[in-house]
Amino acid sequence: MKVRSTQPMRRHTLFTGLLSVAVLALTACGGGASESAGTSSTPAAENLSEGGATTLTMWVDAERAPALEEITASFKEDTGIEVKLAVKDFAAVRDDFITQVPTGKGPDLIVGPHDWLGTFVQNGVVAPVELGDKAAEFQESAIQAMTYDGSVYGVPYALENIALLRNTDLVPEAATTFDEVIANGEAAVAAGDAEYPFLVGMDPKQGDPYHLYPLQTSMGVPVFGQNDDGSYNADELLLGEPNGVEFAKKLVEWGDEGSKIINSNITGDIAKEKFNAGESPYFLTGPWNVPDAQAAGLNIAVDNLPTVGEEDAQPFIGVNGFFISSKSANALAANEFAVNYLSTEEAQDAMYAVGGRPPALNASFDKASSDPIVAAFGEIGANGVPMPALPEMQAVWADWGATELALIKGSSDPEAAWTTMVSNIEEKIAGQ
Amino acid sequence: MSTLAPPDRSTTRPRKKPGSTADSTFGLLVKITLLGLVDAFAVYVMITLFFQEKWLILIVAASVTLLINWIYLRKGGLPAKYLAPGIFFLVLFQVFVMLYSGYVAFTNYGDGHNSTKADAVSAIQLSAQQRVPDSPAYRVSILERNGELHLLATDPDGDVSVGTTGSPLEDASEAVTDSTGRAVELEGYRTLGFAEILTNQADILAVTVPFSDDPEDGSLKTSDGSSAYVYRPSLSFDEATSTFTNLETGATYTDSGEGSFTSADGEQLSTGWKVNVGFDNFAKAFSDQNIRGPLLQVVLWTFTFAIVSVLSTFALGLFLANAFNLPDLRGKRVYRILMILPYAFPAFLAGLVWSGLLNPEFGFVNNTFFGGADIPWLTDPLLAKVSVLVVNLWLGFPYMFLVCTGALQSLPEEVNEAARMDGATAWRTFTAIKLPLLLVSVAPLLIASFAFNFNNFNVIYMLTDGGPRFGNTTANIGHTDILITMVYEIAFGTGVGRDYGLASALSIIIFIIVAVVSAISFRQTKALEDIN
Repeated sequence: MKVRSTQPMRRHTLFTGLLSVAVLALTACGGGASESAGTSSTPAAENLSEGGATTLTMWVDAERAPALEEITASFKEDTGIEVKLAVKDFAAVRDDFITQVPTGKGPDLIVGPHDWLGTFVQNGVVAPVELGDKAAEFQESAIQAMTYDGSVYGVPYALENIALLRNTDLVPEAATTFDEVIANGEAAVAAGDAEYPFLVGMDPKQGDPYHLYPLQTSMGVPVFGQNDDGSYNADELLLGEPNGVEFAKKLVEWGDEGSKIINSNITGDIAKEKFNAGESPYFLTGPWNVPDAQAAGLNIAVDNLPTVGEEDAQPFIGVNGFFISSKSANALAANEFAVNYLSTEEAQDAMYAVGGRPPALNASFDKASSDPIVAAFGEIGANGVPMPALPEMQAVWADWGATELALIKGSSDPEAAWTTMVSNIEEKIAGQ
Repeated sequence: MSTLAPPDRSTTRPRKKPGSTADSTFGLLVKITLLGLVDAFAVYVMITLFFQEKWLILIVAASVTLLINWIYLRKGGLPAKYLAPGIFFLVLFQVFVMLYSGYVAFTNYGDGHNSTKADAVSAIQLSAQQRVPDSPAYRVSILERNGELHLLATDPDGDVSVGTTGSPLEDASEAVTDSTGRAVELEGYRTLGFAEILTNQADILAVTVPFSDDPEDGSLKTSDGSSAYVYRPSLSFDEATSTFTNLETGATYTDSGEGSFTSADGEQLSTGWKVNVGFDNFAKAFSDQNIRGPLLQVVLWTFTFAIVSVLSTFALGLFLANAFNLPDLRGKRVYRILMILPYAFPAFLAGLVWSGLLNPEFGFVNNTFFGGADIPWLTDPLLAKVSVLVVNLWLGFPYMFLVCTGALQSLPEEVNEAARMDGATAWRTFTAIKLPLLLVSVAPLLIASFAFNFNNFNVIYMLTDGGPRFGNTTANIGHTDILITMVYEIAFGTGVGRDYGLASALSIIIFIIVAVVSAISFRQTKALEDIN
């Protein structure tokens, strides 16, 4: 009985204690959240009171933030306009931007890849920017990527694409066709120098159509048709081209049940690990994996993308850029920052120096090209096509990846798998 | 605080009495400080709301603040003082969210229908402003006269002109130019400095100077206060009839009533807005072939997954709790801490880690336990289900272990002794005495655990993403998809973007299922309480 009687008392104190802690914690959280929400309203308040410093808010992800810290500091020095960098989670920042902008609580600017553009325009959350004569100073594909429905919506700062990395100690000569690549790779394996003839990372759930795209385009099977101005036409799905089925058969041939050139069990991380350990002569990947490969002591060369068919092997180009919110209260200052400041050679140089992504501005890119790796990737990218920014692309990725993965795992009827995929995608695009 | 002490405890009374005044002064101080903080925060919020002209929310915030002050400043009404914070946060984080989902379920909110019609119109107008091809770039200065803003434009040839909204560009060759040849001053006007430009940005952006008397020539606008271009809209908006007209083709786009501007031949302008669609989303939930095809399999698997997960975690947790409850076991704490570790692991991370461990060729499981065999843990329909259940068991048993350890320790030792005196075996003591007593306190937690696992999105999404895929559906749905991941695929993974309206409608349907199952189970557990 003694034990029982003290219990209610103790529970009460504990309860009150917990409650006050919870209340404090929640008030603290609330305070923090509304503070950040409040910042976007401060400029408006200051406009009312005439004068004072203008503040811009820009959403960036952790990976891109370091490249921008310096540049915003020097912008403040030059113009007195402060740019607040709010670091957001990359996976969520696009969707947050779309939901926050209409409420007026979104940022003035956002940094991101160009293929967000379709969804941004669809939701009316970005404003066009006029680059004027400056447009000519950028790489053509960068401007093309930032163009949607005939208007330019972003200021590009970096572009990237994949290429074929070769371990020159294992295979000294560059190859041009994928068959030669396979032959070289298998020779290296047969000689006991390597374990895998060729490496490319596969997502265990989604496959990786992005990395396999150059092989596919070399067989003449792009995703969408392109209009005269280079923009994509969502009504013209070209995955169903006759050669698509041939590509599907090739995937089975290269896959787990075939020669195991492409292995569905090798994820991006595993591929990188094996290549850096010198276990394969080839790695189909982007510039982001180069520093680690060099740090691992490999002698690498950047080769042209190998072709399977008669056409060019065109990689997707991803362009990073700055977008201005359609509801920015500081649109003029945001334009000043994005169009007149970030497009300068100094700014693009500085962003390359910190971020390491090849600049989109020609003058800065030429300087960066003194690095042979950057130059080689740039040359391959010049042959590429921008990743489609159409909102329809979201419907394409899932089916495309899953079907390719299934083919790589082995399939008795690649033709049916590919045609089903095409009709599924067509249905999704039409039905929305 | 003193009121809380049970009145019959004479031993503590004498000590409590002198302390109670100090206690209440301290309590008062804490109360005033906390209330002051809350009020200060509330006032800050209200000022922000005032400037944003959100009147309804302002009124609600003010009334809630007044209510809270009244509750804590009046004498008596102790229950309200305890309940107020809880109810406040319940309303904020639960009731409001539920009502909002309910509201969204009746709209077409999603990609392409993101905001109000006014926002959509202004976004379309913004995008429709296109620079006249091959038109020159102007360098401009912003001038002010009689409170009206003017653009002083210098063309590439050095010719200078001035104009404002509604009055076309006219020659201003008498303007003063700076060293770069850009006109910066004009008599009768005042030139704005950079700081002034920034403070008046909205007005400057609104300045639209007709290029000539002919509207076809377009108009001059600036977006940065230093350069200007000639724009011509490709669409014009007629507010009276609420229609857009394409100035090139003459096609008209009218409000379709479904939150978009549509032309006669069905072409849609890319930006739409949010409208109420009644029960459309619910109708779609029951008529969409993508949902109906695999629905039965998914529902069966969802129940299997939730029930097996609850039973397996409970069984393992209870077994371990029993085993580690032996009074004479040494190092109990170390074991218990080790046992709880998976619980401290974020579920989504565990999903990713396990998907690596279960990789057929390179995974730890196959290489170490199965001698390098290629067992397709995550890609064979049956094995994938087993893997998901095992991983969820690994994630979930520590919770059950904790709960059961606590419950076992609170069981009175007397019943145990009595059973031993009567000569019952350990197994019989466990099944006939311990388990029924345990279930009284644990059963509600099992129901909660069922509800949690019914919607256990993280594990499925991160481990298998629903795969391997079904063959009979166009949507990306597979053998390990449970209802909530299927909703995610359907609402966010098909068509052109995310459909929050459909997602909300489907979630409401799932909520109803879980609520019914839980209500029935809770009713059943009442029977257990009779044991006590």
